[in-house]
Amino acid sequence: MNWIVGFIILIIKLGVVLVGLLLLAAYLVLVERKFLARLQIRYGPNRAGKFGLLQPFADTIKMLTKEDIVPAEADRVIFLLAPAVVAIEALLIFAVVPFGASITLLGKKIPMVITDLNVGLLYVFALASLGVYGVALGGWASNSKYSLLGGIRGAAQMISYELSLGLSLVPIVMLARSFSLVDIVRAQADYPFILVQPISFIIFLISAVAETKRIPFDLPEAENELGAGYHTEYSGMRFGLFFLGEYVNLQVLGALVAVFFLGGWHGPLLPPVVWFLLKVLAVAVAMIWVRGTLPRLRYDQLMHLGWKVLVPVALLNIVVTGAFLLI
Amino acid sequence: MTIYAAIFYVLAGVILVSTGLAISRRNLVHAIVYLIISFFGSAMLYYLFGAPLLAALEIIIYAGAIMVLFLFIIMMLRVDPATLRRPSLRHWLPAIVLGLIYVVIAILVVTQDPGSQSILETALAKPRVFGQFLFQKYWLSVEIVSFLLFIALVGALYLGKAFARDTGRGKEVEK
Repeated sequence: MNWIVGFIILIIKLGVVLVGLLLLAAYLVLVERKFLARLQIRYGPNRAGKFGLLQPFADTIKMLTKEDIVPAEADRVIFLLAPAVVAIEALLIFAVVPFGASITLLGKKIPMVITDLNVGLLYVFALASLGVYGVALGGWASNSKYSLLGGIRGAAQMISYELSLGLSLVPIVMLARSFSLVDIVRAQADYPFILVQPISFIIFLISAVAETKRIPFDLPEAENELGAGYHTEYSGMRFGLFFLGEYVNLQVLGALVAVFFLGGWHGPLLPPVVWFLLKVLAVAVAMIWVRGTLPRLRYDQLMHLGWKVLVPVALLNIVVTGAFLLI
Repeated sequence: MTIYAAIFYVLAGVILVSTGLAISRRNLVHAIVYLIISFFGSAMLYYLFGAPLLAALEIIIYAGAIMVLFLFIIMMLRVDPATLRRPSLRHWLPAIVLGLIYVVIAILVVTQDPGSQSILETALAKPRVFGQFLFQKYWLSVEIVSFLLFIALVGALYLGKAFARDTGRGKEVEK
């Protein structure tokens, strides 16, 4: 009996998280378009519904009803599977993200996380490092020069920045003394880690933006030199899956920054889940703002920043943190 | 047969089939995709055996980093599978000999060692316990391996510098 109840709770949690993520992804697209438009003194989408609020549904219906084209010379199976890799990888990361402290419902304790893995942080890394396959294989399978270049750039960029991403989180693990995301949030009950690890925070933020391939790191899809890079040849809902992956990744970025540096669900007055969502949205909006402000990096600048600035600074930061913890 | 045993045999089958396909495919990108699936299967096996840390590291390092590098290089080279020559007997011979030796040793280990007959208890290695065990008991091996890797790194740096000096392309290579 207990087993069945646990199973039902798990299914409900999965359903709520999935629907929430998809809805939020759809509306983040709208927020991004509206906010960018305002930064560029335009109106943005305002025809579908009041203030363009129905625009995400119009977009979804458009993409679902469009023809799904596979180029004649493409590697069919890999071409069809690559977008799914990107979307699935982004969605699966949320399995270990804690949304709040556990609540008690009808005498049963329900943790506000789908599963609290003791290697949660490494699980996040494992999935994040697999996201590159969707980009690289999608670009290769399209059999187009623009796509191939986008895929190669994506692979090079993502392996370079994965290193500094991982190194920037080592001090967090040292402070929290655990890989579990729930324990990391609990360790920040008194103060968020951004106060003691500001350098880690900056390195993590820059590397994570590079991992999500957003401006100023959007070389894999640079529209004015590569068309749309790795997804040039994609149409209909397969393009939609790449798009969905990108906006779920934006939420992943927000959630990870909130969990590792901003204290997760901790906060005064408001309920924990609300605090968590507020932090995620604040990071996402800041990222959109960055997109509206900064120009794209050149390829050599990208490599220089990753290997010669972020990695050494992150290593130094680990040594300094270790020394402070020993004293 | 318990459910764990069933999962084990399914995983073992996936690993064997995908590794076989990775060896036999002519298209290099397909071979890499099968190899990634094989690494995934191994990671699942580690998880099944109660070592989630090893499972995560297997995916991060092998599937997520080393295979990406392979893929990156193959995409840069654009090898046409039709132009690749089939390996001749001379190429096959060392592989076959080594493989046979390995098979004989494996059979001997399974049949001779009494420990291989008993069924192991499922245990869970927590990351903290695993780390303490590794660095307290096997610290010397860890140090030797990391020293070897460091030497390899220095060697790669030296080769890169030598290449830059010989071709006079120092500036480009440095980038």
